[in-house]
Amino acid sequence: MELLQQVVQQLINGISLGSIYALIALGYTMIYGIIKLINFAHGDIYMVGAYIGFFAITQGGFSVVGALLISLVTTGLLGMLIERIAYKPLRRAPRISVLITAIGVSFFIEYTSMYFVSPTPRTFPQMFGDVAVSFAGIVINGQQMLILGITAVLMVLLTYIVQKTKTGKAMRAASFDTETAELMGINSDRIISITFGIGSALAAVAGVLVGIYYNSIDPLMGIMPGLKAFVAAVLGGIGILPGAVVGGLILGVVEALVSGFFSSTFRDAAAFAILILVLLVRPSGLFGKNTKEKV
Amino acid sequence: MAAAKKSGPMLAIDNIDVFYGAIHALKGVSLTVNEGEIVTLIGANGAGKSTTLRTISGLLAPKTGSVKFLGKDIAGMKAHKVVAEGISQVPEGRRIFAEMTVMENLDLGAFIRKDKEGIEKDRKMVFDRFPRLLERKDQLAGTLSGGEQQMLAMGRALMSRPKLLLLDEPSMGLAPLLIREIFEIIEDINRTGTTVLLVEQNANMALSIANRAYVLETGRITLTGDAKELAASDEVRKAYLGG
Ligand SMILES: Nc1ncnc2c1ncn2[C@@H]1O[C@H](COP(=O)(O)OP(=O)(O)O)[C@@H](O)[C@H]1O
Ligand SMILES: [Mg+2]
Repeated sequence: MELLQQVVQQLINGISLGSIYALIALGYTMIYGIIKLINFAHGDIYMVGAYIGFFAITQGGFSVVGALLISLVTTGLLGMLIERIAYKPLRRAPRISVLITAIGVSFFIEYTSMYFVSPTPRTFPQMFGDVAVSFAGIVINGQQMLILGITAVLMVLLTYIVQKTKTGKAMRAASFDTETAELMGINSDRIISITFGIGSALAAVAGVLVGIYYNSIDPLMGIMPGLKAFVAAVLGGIGILPGAVVGGLILGVVEALVSGFFSSTFRDAAAFAILILVLLVRPSGLFGKNTKEKV
Repeated sequence: MAAAKKSGPMLAIDNIDVFYGAIHALKGVSLTVNEGEIVTLIGANGAGKSTTLRTISGLLAPKTGSVKFLGKDIAGMKAHKVVAEGISQVPEGRRIFAEMTVMENLDLGAFIRKDKEGIEKDRKMVFDRFPRLLERKDQLAGTLSGGEQQMLAMGRALMSRPKLLLLDEPSMGLAPLLIREIFEIIEDINRTGTTVLLVEQNANMALSIANRAYVLETGRITLTGDAKELAASDEVRKAYLGG
């Protein structure tokens, strides 16, 4: 009985952490889907989102929801700006050039942030610490409820946008075949920009939520979650939205189980073991079809 | 409209050169399409037929020369803007959005339009023309047969209500009976007021429905004239019609 309780508890912890990975992984996978770029700067966008949320709460006196909205909008616009300046001029360049640029953008964001906010970690104010639901010895704390609630709302919203709206249809079309989408009258540059905006906004929300969950943020905080979210996106099948969500959740749960039952030392190792395993056994990911290369 | 008609050809390509990096794919190509015509561009694999259509559509920009549509120079214009000018392309290999439904594919064809009623009407027109698409409207486009995919690609292109329809090898990979059906539909689309520029390797079929034809060889137009006359000429018979 006790074991079962512990497993369920770790599942809840894992799903909370996994939701964060899922939010970041969605941006990776959307951007990859449309311009085939592994955006190595995506984890840093998440860090910027966390800082904007931090300042909105501590300096601006905003509520959590207010801070989330401010961070989401500002970071989304920042993502669009970065795409415009760094990636758009490389539309016809070889993929490796764009990839190297992304690594450059990543360092640029990390070290300019250090200049402006100092490398010292900041302590996020304690929030929702005293709220908790518990039943049968299992606890869901307030921060976890916030993470699960916000993530669920964003998933529903994103699904609606992608499936039902005209822009969403254009995004799917451009991801599938950019050139043919252009032939339909779809401005693919605009769609790519919107994709960066949405992806960055989701990462920003993840950043603020992590700040609230773990209380501490710093300019290099995006590196590890960025890599983990990349693993999640690959696990689900890169370019596939539900894949990113499922991949993120699986990764979070595996990490929580490993830290809960073995040692948190092995947590990161488990994540990268998953990456290696996926690449060996099923490189197209859980949801991926064997991709036919476009001619 | 009527004034534009009188003032010259609907499409006038004048002396264009198109490159892929160092590859010189089109060398001084000129051709015209008049309103109401079916014009066909025939030639062997690699001659530059697709390159010509992709340049008209704005997917490629000519290095020199002009592309005029209804009097306006559209050379180098972005592809998504060319659609709004009234040109729609059915690309080689159909290029349907396989992971979207038939209906979504058609809606994407009407992406630039806002007139809901007009779109609804044209959707009905497409389904009348291709009843098999109506039966499969909620199916993923990737599950359609080759012939159905060709019909979907054509229906999708018609949804923007083009003045000029560009077709790139619609017969590719289809059984003879289906090819006949597709060509009858092309003739019918033309009869109901859409001008057609048809690229084909199947020269026989193309010449049989076209008013005029151009022959393209390694990036140059080598012959042009009335389609019936070209079909009867020794040169074309030898090179493209198997004797
Ligand atoms: N994307 C490309 N990159 C480089 N060369 C190309 C590309 N597409 C076509 N070509 C070359 O341009 C020439 C014309 O090709 P294309 O227009 O596709 O011919 P067709 O449609 O008549 O078969 C060919 O020599 C082909 O190899
Ligand atoms: Mg071709």
